[in-house]
Amino acid sequence: MSQSARYGIPDSRGFFGAYGGQYVPEAIKARLDELSRALDAALEDTSFQRELESLFVHYTGRPSPVFHCANLSERLGGAQIWLKREDLNHLGAHKINNTLGQCLLARRMGKKRVIAETGAGQHGVATAASAALMGLECTICMGEVDIERQHLNVIRMEMLGARVLPATSGQRTLKEAVDEALALWISDPDMFYVLGSAVGPHPYPYMVRRFQSVIGREARAQMLEELGRLPDVCLACVGGGSNAIGLFAGFLDDADVRLVGVEPGGRGTAYGEHAASLCLGEPGVLHGFHSYMIKDANGEAGCVYSISAGLDYPSVGPEHAQLKDQGRAEYVSVTDQEALEAFFALSRHEGVIPALESSHALAQAMKMAPGMSGDKALLVSLSGRGDKDVAQVAEMLREHKIRQPEV
Amino acid sequence: MHILEEKIRKATAAGRPALIPFLTAGFPDRALFWPTLMELDENGADIIEIGVPFSDPVADGPVVEEASRRALSDGVNLRDILRELVERRGLIKAGVVLMGYLNPFLQYGLENLARDAEKGGVHGLIVPDLPFEESAPLRAALKERGIALIPLVGPNTGTERMLLYAADSQGYAYVVSVMGITGERADLAPQVAATMSRARAAFSLPLALGFGLREPAQLAALPPEARPDAVVFGSALLKHLDNGGSAEEFLARWK
Ligand SMILES: Cc1ncc(COP(=O)(O)O)c(C=O)c1O
Repeated sequence: MSQSARYGIPDSRGFFGAYGGQYVPEAIKARLDELSRALDAALEDTSFQRELESLFVHYTGRPSPVFHCANLSERLGGAQIWLKREDLNHLGAHKINNTLGQCLLARRMGKKRVIAETGAGQHGVATAASAALMGLECTICMGEVDIERQHLNVIRMEMLGARVLPATSGQRTLKEAVDEALALWISDPDMFYVLGSAVGPHPYPYMVRRFQSVIGREARAQMLEELGRLPDVCLACVGGGSNAIGLFAGFLDDADVRLVGVEPGGRGTAYGEHAASLCLGEPGVLHGFHSYMIKDANGEAGCVYSISAGLDYPSVGPEHAQLKDQGRAEYVSVTDQEALEAFFALSRHEGVIPALESSHALAQAMKMAPGMSGDKALLVSLSGRGDKDVAQVAEMLREHKIRQPEV
Repeated sequence: MHILEEKIRKATAAGRPALIPFLTAGFPDRALFWPTLMELDENGADIIEIGVPFSDPVADGPVVEEASRRALSDGVNLRDILRELVERRGLIKAGVVLMGYLNPFLQYGLENLARDAEKGGVHGLIVPDLPFEESAPLRAALKERGIALIPLVGPNTGTERMLLYAADSQGYAYVVSVMGITGERADLAPQVAATMSRARAAFSLPLALGFGLREPAQLAALPPEARPDAVVFGSALLKHLDNGGSAEEFLARWK
């Protein structure tokens, strides 16, 4: 894997500029140090790289194609919109790129078991599948409330051989699932923690970025192949920021390519109505790392909301915080409503139902395209397919919470 | 000698382990918190650790986490804790240590924190999610005011890391008895003896053993050289209080 000399490599304490680090108890620090050493060795080892690349081809179905949205672009009348089709990966999202990498590393480290947290279930399903493939025992921690809301994903994980452990304390959602998973991980030296986004203490943000950077590496070559040049703008939704950093990784050294991260604007900019950590948050320390976060006046993790379960996280990957401060990437937010409009537009005009998360990135592209000339190209990371969201959207339609736009 | 070290050495001289109860601020509820704390103070606590509630306490077990969650929903926060400590200054005989996660401290401002903690008679701070590498700014702010930053080490903390802390710590060193998070355990993990002897070799400070302590018999099971100078009880005390038990009863077991 080629790496930029300027971007994407944290310092020896795990900082991207002022962000990242390891704000964890000693008991966790020792495990992170073990992980760092193993990761560095694996990334130097061509046989590890070859095995991962082979899985990407034969298991995930990579490279995922780029697709020109000719119909949508014509209707909007402006720049050409292209999609990087991560929705076509095995299991329908970019998450598998990361879980394969981490499970392969877990096996290489001689770990017997993996554990992961999951909110909506996407990362849990990807982890369960990767663990099944590698012969690792798998436990997925999930809030009791989420287990009820995402029943189908629970069944999937169990079919893939995972044990789904309900988190029963507090709000019984993602945060409690993380607590539960951490507790089990720390007390079991043979267990590997598979983290689902480019967040957490070092080396997780760096590791997740390395495994997801396949998105940008492929996309850059594919756009050169298709257009004979690079796209003018790359866009991706930002929850924790893994699909975004994966796409951006391929273009950071191309100073003329604008990079736009799109955060969930939810129902508005008031506290509690969004999860736009970079746009509306401030620096702070949560879950072991320093980054922009949404917090209350006392420094507690703040309330967040988004229509899409994969984006409502009160902090964001530290490399994005650095890119924001450097001005190398821009971060904007789009509302639930705008994301829904993009969701319907892509379904209706291109025959692709996007994940609600990815619909945020597309919505921003649809806002920008009309103001740009027809020879410009916008590349959107379509991080996942929308099958998982169809029932939720149908219910909102049925309850008249939203209206399907006219054609 | 730092006052926290003095408190523990005095207990040692009297032939007993120093007692360090941990009480989450606002527990069992806002009205009972200070009376409970004063009861601990009057019944033999040498040092009292006050937990500052936080939304994501990664080092805590379910009992402390639940106490923290309850305190937060009752509106307990660092500002009020410090203000109430200032109001009670001079009334608490025991050493006072605040234990809390980094972000509320950052939000308060490290300089402000050191200043107000000193005003409130706080002698030490424990910040579980602040490893040595990132501790310089807080360590410096506290040192100026004579407040100790207490190191927290455990079974998987290497000897070099213990030495790193030992070179720049005051008060006492806090040794966690089991791998991982706080919580009440039936038996002290077998590795505790090994951890204690390594910590003994690394630190000249007194050692407090915590996480999972319920009754003196647990200590008696340890070889003499692995016995701590002080014992910390958190989860077991909180549970006892939550079941309607009194602070006095709990401490009586240890006297
Ligand atoms: C399809 C899809 N896209 C994006 C995300 C957000 O994650 P990240 O910001 O790490 O890419 C998720 C998270 O569950 C997801 O399922």
